[in-house]
Amino acid sequence: MALRPEHEIHTRRKSLNIGVGLMLGSFVLLVMLLTYTKITSAEFQIPASAAKGVGQQIPVEESN
Amino acid sequence: MTDVTNVQSFENEPQLGDYYALLKPRVMQLVVFTAVVGMLAAPVAVNPVIGFASILFLAIGAGASGALNMWWDADIDAIMKRTAKRPIPAGKVTAQSAMYLGVALSGLSVMMLSLSANLLAGFMLAFTIFFYVVPYSMWLKRSTPQNIVIGGAAGAFPPVIGWIIATGDILVLEPWLMFALIFMWTPPHFWALALFMRNDYDDAKVPMLTVTHGRRSTRNHILAYTVLLVVLAVGTAFTGVGGWVYLTTAVVLNALFLKGAYDIWKRDEEMCEVDNFAVERKFFRLSLWYLFAHFLAILAEAALKPIGFGGW
Repeated sequence: MALRPEHEIHTRRKSLNIGVGLMLGSFVLLVMLLTYTKITSAEFQIPASAAKGVGQQIPVEESN
Repeated sequence: MTDVTNVQSFENEPQLGDYYALLKPRVMQLVVFTAVVGMLAAPVAVNPVIGFASILFLAIGAGASGALNMWWDADIDAIMKRTAKRPIPAGKVTAQSAMYLGVALSGLSVMMLSLSANLLAGFMLAFTIFFYVVPYSMWLKRSTPQNIVIGGAAGAFPPVIGWIIATGDILVLEPWLMFALIFMWTPPHFWALALFMRNDYDDAKVPMLTVTHGRRSTRNHILAYTVLLVVLAVGTAFTGVGGWVYLTTAVVLNALFLKGAYDIWKRDEEMCEVDNFAVERKFFRLSLWYLFAHFLAILAEAALKPIGFGGW
């Protein structure tokens, strides 16, 4: 008996995979939208650590 | 392997809908609705994107606790008619998959709610999931007839979390009145169900009040809790979330609810057999409308306030 190119099991799993894919895609879009909303709001402040220059390289002469 | 065995195994292949059913969609609807009311009744406006995302993460957290509950209760779900078609007893999803889904979605929802709203909202969601799964599902549900009373607290947290999403504050009266409304409503709602779904809980050996203390005692309890609920529900009309719309709704519905509880109280089993628990079924259906209408009235008061009509 010849193998059928696509069995019912493939169709079932395909719909599950498409569903999960769409949900993950929607989640990424939602996080992007949420991030944009947060950083463009009037209440947004740069974290204190970044504002104080933590992580910046300081030349040797200036630090002495 | 024959074609016949193939067909049998494929029928049990889980679909997206089976995983969705694990999240208890009907409970999620109640969670979303009451949380939205809690959020919109708060005196602080929420950005629509942040509000939408926060309610979505809260709903996912509620769904996660539902999946964990189904994982833990798979053995008794298989015995009870009402729950026998759930994905695990129906053989669609394994108990282990439900547990993994519940744990993963719990972590995701708490983390995302903390980021989208505030840490307090995330903490309260984590506590709610914990409370529903560990003290209620794992411990109290199978050990005390007060299981419904204590379990009702888990279902009562969403409007409080909705309020916290908006305000970041927990130390005010209004969200706790909404909490108390659901908390006090849950026992009469479920005990009425237990009266007409009587064999289910007996067969599963779940110590419902009907099983441990008898059906007469359950009727007494329904009336007692309803009287306390009526006082609370009508009293809420005179607080920050109340007003004329809420008061009118509360007076009408609580009069009907009290009458329903009294009708249940004065009946005996012989009367119930004759009409197949018609009064208990009617009270149960009314209880669904009761909660919906109270929260809708709170929402109406909040919506009318900006144009000068809501509140007192």
